[in-house]
Amino acid sequence: MQNLTLTQYGFYILSLLTVFSALMVVLSRKPVHSVLYLIFSFFTIAGHYILLNAQFLAAVHIIVYAGAIMVLFLFTIMFLNMNAEVEPHKSNLLKITAVVAGGLLLVVFAATLKGADFTLPAAGTSQIGMVKDLGKVLYTQYMLPFEIAAVLFLTAMVGVVMLGKKDLR
Amino acid sequence: MNGILNSVSINNYVLLAAILFTIGVMGVLFRRNAIIIFMCIELMLNAVNLLLVAFSALHNDPGGQIFVFFIMAVAAAEVAVGLAILVMVYRNFTSVDINVLNKLKW
Repeated sequence: MQNLTLTQYGFYILSLLTVFSALMVVLSRKPVHSVLYLIFSFFTIAGHYILLNAQFLAAVHIIVYAGAIMVLFLFTIMFLNMNAEVEPHKSNLLKITAVVAGGLLLVVFAATLKGADFTLPAAGTSQIGMVKDLGKVLYTQYMLPFEIAAVLFLTAMVGVVMLGKKDLR
Repeated sequence: MNGILNSVSINNYVLLAAILFTIGVMGVLFRRNAIIIFMCIELMLNAVNLLLVAFSALHNDPGGQIFVFFIMAVAAAEVAVGLAILVMVYRNFTSVDINVLNKLKW
C-alpha cells in the first residue's frame, strides 16, 4: 500500500465523517439529533470545499447553511415541539424497499462512473475559488442572474409572510 | 491543475457525491417526518454542489462555483417557503406526518 499524503488523509477522513453524519441524519430517531448531524455534515462539506481551494464557497456555505438554514430548521422543530419521538415507524417491508431502491440507484451511479472518462487538459489559474476572481466573474458575466436572485428572495419573503399569517383576507 | 485533484482522483469525488445523494434519496423514501424529508433534500443538494465544485476545480472554470452560489440561494429560499408551509400544515393537522397529507393522492 502506498503512503498517503496529507491531503489524501484529509480527503478520506472528511469523506468518512460526511458519509457517517449523512447516515445519522437519516437514521436518528429524534429530529433535533438529525438537525445537529446535518450541521456537522455541512461543516465537513465546507472542509471539502477548502480542500478543493474554493475558499469563498466554503465561507458562504457555512454562513448560509450552518448560519441561516439550520437556525430555521431548529426554530421550526422547537416551534412544533417535536423533540420527543413521535414518528410512527414504517413497516419493515417499506424500509427494505427503500434501502433496495437506494442501493440500486447507487449501483447505477457507480456503473456510470466506471464508464466515464474525466481526463481533461486543465489551463489557467488555480485561484478561481478566491473572492477576487469569483467576484469578477459574478459581477460581469453573471450579473443578470445575480439580480434575478434578489427578486427570487423578495418573492420567497412575501410568500413566507403570506403563509405565516393566521387568517388571510 | 488544482493541488488536491493531483493526489485525490476526481472519481473519488464522484463516488462520494453519489453516496451522499443516495443517502438523501433513501431518507426521503423511508422517513415519514416531513422536516427530515426536507433535510434529506438538503443533503442531495449538497451532494450536487460538491460535485459541481470538484469539476469546477478540475476544469479551472469559475462557472461551476457560481452555479453552486446560485443553488445555495435557491435552497435558502426553498427552505424558508417549505418550512412556512410545514408550519401551516402543522396548524391544520397538528402533525407533520406525510401520511396525513394524502388529500391530493387520489
